[in-house]
Amino acid sequence: MNIVVTDVTFRYPNGVQALSGVNLAIAGGEAVAVIGENGAGKTTLARHLNGLLRPQQGRVRIGDWDTREHTVAQLAHRVGYVFQNPDDQLFERTVRRELAFGPRNLGRDEAAIEAAVAQALARLDLEAVADSHPYDLSPAQRRLVALAAVLAMETPIVVLDEPTTGQDAAGTALLGRVIADLKAAGRTVITISHDIDFVAEHFPRLIVMAAGRILADGPTEWVLAQTGLLAQAQVDPPQLVRLAVALGLPGVPTTVDAFLDLWVRTRQRDGAEWPGGV
Amino acid sequence: MITIEHLTYTYPATSRPALQDLSLHIPAGQFCAIVGANGAGKSTLCYALTGFVPHFYRGRMEGRLQVAGHDIAVTPPSALVGLVGLVFANPFNQITGACYTVREEVAFGLENLGVPPAAMEQRIAQALALTGLTDLADRSPFALSGGQQQRLALAAVLAMQPRVLVLDEPTSQLDPVGTREVFAILAALAAQQDTTVVLVSHALEWVATHADRVIVLMAGRLVADGPPTEVLTRPELESWGVGTTRYTQAARRAQAQGLVPPGRPLPVTLSQAVAFWS
Repeated sequence: MNIVVTDVTFRYPNGVQALSGVNLAIAGGEAVAVIGENGAGKTTLARHLNGLLRPQQGRVRIGDWDTREHTVAQLAHRVGYVFQNPDDQLFERTVRRELAFGPRNLGRDEAAIEAAVAQALARLDLEAVADSHPYDLSPAQRRLVALAAVLAMETPIVVLDEPTTGQDAAGTALLGRVIADLKAAGRTVITISHDIDFVAEHFPRLIVMAAGRILADGPTEWVLAQTGLLAQAQVDPPQLVRLAVALGLPGVPTTVDAFLDLWVRTRQRDGAEWPGGV
Repeated sequence: MITIEHLTYTYPATSRPALQDLSLHIPAGQFCAIVGANGAGKSTLCYALTGFVPHFYRGRMEGRLQVAGHDIAVTPPSALVGLVGLVFANPFNQITGACYTVREEVAFGLENLGVPPAAMEQRIAQALALTGLTDLADRSPFALSGGQQQRLALAAVLAMQPRVLVLDEPTSQLDPVGTREVFAILAALAAQQDTTVVLVSHALEWVATHADRVIVLMAGRLVADGPPTEVLTRPELESWGVGTTRYTQAARRAQAQGLVPPGRPLPVTLSQAVAFWS
């Protein structure tokens, strides 16, 4: 299911111009990360995808639907949105009820709801707390509950607003696996994040926003090579890319393996003693 | 400035202590970072340093905890205001909701401390400048982006100029440039103003660059304590649920694969990584 954003402009009632002429096309099954400084318009853009906000000018199409012609409830069949602050989203008495709420409102039958809830609980390691009150959990766990509740809706498009916030190493690794699963299942994943190392590893396409506009949009390696543009957007390249630049290596490694491979190839080209110099 | 002796604390209605037999001394002007998996007790320690544990959360506390000469067990949080400042992990929990503008929000604490208006103006301007919020001073706190709200939560506490500054993941929603700026501000406060800084963070690269000391908590216990580079390259980190920087990961894998001569110290920061690979 394609997403097409055409010349979208949005200004909040207080006068803040959050989006100015945004154009964007995302094909079904793509994994895209949106990066940029605080206040760049990332969350405002994300909230246009599920109809929480409607463009004042321009158009947002989700498949064959124009978001201005469909309700948020209708759009929820196509776009799942995980809030930046889980407390904006959670309201049920137990984690299990929280997860069942979405699919029930989409009109699924009880057997399908139960299966979706069980699967989402298992995927996010939440089985042990399924009957807990969401507000008795840690903030990081509440974020996972908010994500699980959206996964249980099994929408073709999933939008995640800052999913790695407050997660420790294990939580971040878990999110990486969830995103890999979504990609493998052919679902569209759009993530807003400041965790550039995480983004570089998991997303093949990057969109850089600044001051309500899209500054760059393309393959991750290409975008991360645009150093002047990243600086303008207040974005640091990932650690491995900064290291490659500092060492003068010709490439944009987004994973540890890619970095090691680049280093070995460059050393071989230069005829260095290491590696293989024995 | 902070002395903790055999501190054990258990929240009400739980059986496992959140902090277990913790002993720690933090001198004035030290920048001390706390890392650990979620649930390790990091936030609980922040609450204890500011008296919310045990006075607000109740529960059972044993051992001794002294902050700036006050015995926390018998000192209510209100007596510590102005002396010890806490920046909450979630800015939504901290912003008062009683102020119409960012400027008023920063003034709120100062008004309650009885700071004279002229001094207040100066401190507010300084705190807003440090956190990059000067241009947003007249905006409603609720018309800020998530990252801007986190900057505001920090500004409001900085303006109070506490002698002990406790921060629970204050950069989790900040863009990378904002994150670097906050770490630089904290390092300067510790070095120049003799402010004692206790910071919980997952941003290991910046912890290693700026902190004087790193403490690792696991399941309520202190499991490591030392200089950042020494602690953040320990082989046990993974079993403690603490991540490592990509610099450490790449170097460790290169050593395992024999790509570099053995014995080089593992890097945590960019400059250390450049030295490792050169």
